[in-house]
Amino acid sequence: MNPSRRKFVKTALGGGLAATLPLSALKMLSPAEAHASIGDDKVRWAFVVDTEKCVGCGLCVKACKLENEVPYDAPVTRTWVERYVITKDGKSHIDTPNGGRDGFTSPKIRDEVIPADEITQAFFVPKLCNQCSNPACVQVCPVGATFQTNDGVVLVDRSWCIGCGYCIMACPYGVRFFHPVYKTAEKCTFCYHRISKGLKTACVQACPFGARQIGNLKDPADPVTKIIMTQRVAVLKSEYGTKPQVYYIGFDERVR
Amino acid sequence: MKNHAWRPFLVAGGAVALLLTVRANVVPSDFGVNGKNFTYGFYRKGAIAYWKAVKVKYRGREYCQDCHEDKEKAIMASPHQIIQCENCHGPAIDHPDNPPKLTIDRSRGLCLRCHALLPYPGTNRGSIPGIDPDEHNPKQACVDCHNPHHPNLEDMK
Amino acid sequence: MTDQLIIHGLDWTLKDGFVYPNEFIYWSIQIVMYPYMTGLVAGAFVLSSLYHVFGQKDLQGIARFSLVFSMALLPTAMLPLMFHLQHPFRGINVMFTPHFTSAIAAFGIVFSTYAMIVLSEVWFVYRRYFVEQTIALRSQPGFGNQAKRLLYNVLTLGAFDVSEPALAIDKKGVKILAAIGIPVACFLHGYAGFIFGSVKANALWMSPLMPVIFIMSAVVSGIALCMLTYIIIMEYKKLQATLAKGRGDESVKELGGVEMDVITKTSRYLLSFLVAAISLELLDLIFRGYTAMKSWDILRSVMFHDDFINIFILQYGCGNLIPFILLLIPRPSIKRMLLALVLVLFGVFMMRWNVVIGGQAFSLSFEGFMHYKMPIIPHSLETYKEGLFGALTVASAPFLIFWGINKIVPSLQKI
Repeated sequence: MNPSRRKFVKTALGGGLAATLPLSALKMLSPAEAHASIGDDKVRWAFVVDTEKCVGCGLCVKACKLENEVPYDAPVTRTWVERYVITKDGKSHIDTPNGGRDGFTSPKIRDEVIPADEITQAFFVPKLCNQCSNPACVQVCPVGATFQTNDGVVLVDRSWCIGCGYCIMACPYGVRFFHPVYKTAEKCTFCYHRISKGLKTACVQACPFGARQIGNLKDPADPVTKIIMTQRVAVLKSEYGTKPQVYYIGFDERVR
Repeated sequence: MKNHAWRPFLVAGGAVALLLTVRANVVPSDFGVNGKNFTYGFYRKGAIAYWKAVKVKYRGREYCQDCHEDKEKAIMASPHQIIQCENCHGPAIDHPDNPPKLTIDRSRGLCLRCHALLPYPGTNRGSIPGIDPDEHNPKQACVDCHNPHHPNLEDMK
Repeated sequence: MTDQLIIHGLDWTLKDGFVYPNEFIYWSIQIVMYPYMTGLVAGAFVLSSLYHVFGQKDLQGIARFSLVFSMALLPTAMLPLMFHLQHPFRGINVMFTPHFTSAIAAFGIVFSTYAMIVLSEVWFVYRRYFVEQTIALRSQPGFGNQAKRLLYNVLTLGAFDVSEPALAIDKKGVKILAAIGIPVACFLHGYAGFIFGSVKANALWMSPLMPVIFIMSAVVSGIALCMLTYIIIMEYKKLQATLAKGRGDESVKELGGVEMDVITKTSRYLLSFLVAAISLELLDLIFRGYTAMKSWDILRSVMFHDDFINIFILQYGCGNLIPFILLLIPRPSIKRMLLALVLVLFGVFMMRWNVVIGGQAFSLSFEGFMHYKMPIIPHSLETYKEGLFGALTVASAPFLIFWGINKIVPSLQKI
């Protein structure tokens, strides 16, 4: 059997297996869902964050922590929300109390009262792993314990990670941390267990305002693909050449 | 070559052979270049299955409405229709099997996530009805007066 | 809940301004120790090679000692990593599944190669001694002696030929290995620099000069440590001789003369490497200031405000400038040398500190700062490992190992 045929058989078998599993739930898979369950090349997960819609309720952070078993009171989080308040003097006041887990309930920023009439603009920016096309974190892992799946999600192998922290250092976005229980590098997985079953990520589902969306970049009919194709979007810190795949609507150069 | 100078090299070679033997037995067989290239795709394939096997905890409104149709109808007729049940009631997981009873978050803090007034003009947050938590009946639970499923002020308890 | 959970970095990181929630000082004192110890290994080896390869006769006295010391330092270059890793027992994975696009993975291979070179070179140097010991111990009864004999017997690897041509082969082996060893030692430490220099996310670290700077300062620290240890040992011998034979004895004077001679000659090499190291570091600093990229604002505030004392007073002032002057003043004395060497070692340590800790002193957001509060009194395994006592354990390990090794391969006697 030549390699390409073997690959085909493997894919077909794997895909068939994956497609039959949810059948027990008496539910047929759409083609996109079937692809998602194999993790093949027809899917490239991408994310759109609409900062115009975000109100800073932080329900996404709460849902993420509970869904992904990140200790709720630990000061580390896979996703977080930042608040930017720009005053007339041109200064940015930025904070993210507890990662925005409990929302933003006070106008004070780090105990500093910012007078309402001084504010020229204010907005919230949710952050999560950018699932970069060229992930710097993966490049530096000495043991191959972090990797990019074929559908573009960067995952960590908890049974192989040695906990050196090099990936944490290499990420320009600060999305990685050590899991307090597993002691291995931890990061947003785009809720891989959910998206591979055709569900939305926990944060997307929890957001009441539709500020977060996830979709398949390789499907031209996907709403996320349409937004990225038709609207003016930007990514964070493009200067690092990591090619992030979380796109922001209503981006501002003051966003860090 | 009959020369004692090769002996340290033999020792080194032995060390390498030992390492390779141990390696062959310890490293999982599915470890290799499983992705597009070595830089980003060198990993243990089983790790993907691990992440796919994580338990889904937030089941979504569709899961709740099967049993709680009346509640679902009520909230869908209110401005709170955009909020998922589980944002207040907690993740369903396998409810009613596990957990049999969900812990509802009735705290002030939950409501304040959106309804604490922030003076940010021209933003979505600024346009949500908001209160100053220190002024508006402090220490009292919001749900004492407001019904989250009928949040309109006319429907106050 | 947080009480039981250990958030790596929470114990020693103080945040100031806007810092991303997941940012902590993840790389702390052990990662300062790691390039420091690696540097000492590389430096000590280079010093010994200067004699073996380039025939720098003036280094003969210190060459064998620095080779053995380099061997004693070998395991301690790994020790800080073991202390630092969240899963130390998985550390061997670096050898099992090396991911070569990572500087650390390549480091594992280079380090092992280097270790083999050093061990082989020591073997070539001491083979005759091993054989002699094995033969001499044969006639001595007692369990201790026989155990020792067995050890030496194994160490000979069965090569008992001590004829002239065989010894010539040993000499040649030493020379070849020392020659291969220099680039490997530089490569080894260049890699330590590359580990930092290639992190593009970190504005302070990212610089192509980083590996070269690390090599230069490594050689500086290695030479300084060898000289320092040499002085201490020679002073001890002098003291012994004085106690045995009196102050004015000929042997005491002779020892002092040999010591001074070795030290003055070695210090010339130290000076030239010191100059190279300082020039490169200053070039890096000036270049950053002149090009003033986006990150310069935050780098400047870290360098000239928060870390000013650490960088300009302790590293450049005490660690570079003062010893530079001390070494240049004519008519060197042992006391002044001792002070200069301690300061040089301290300066290189501060350089490592300012790179590792300084690189994490500012947030990736460029809007906030993180301060490192080194745990002094350990109250958990974590605060021991990544605190003062963990660092002291690592720092004292090479001397303990050297003491042990020196019992088997005497590096300070004429053999």
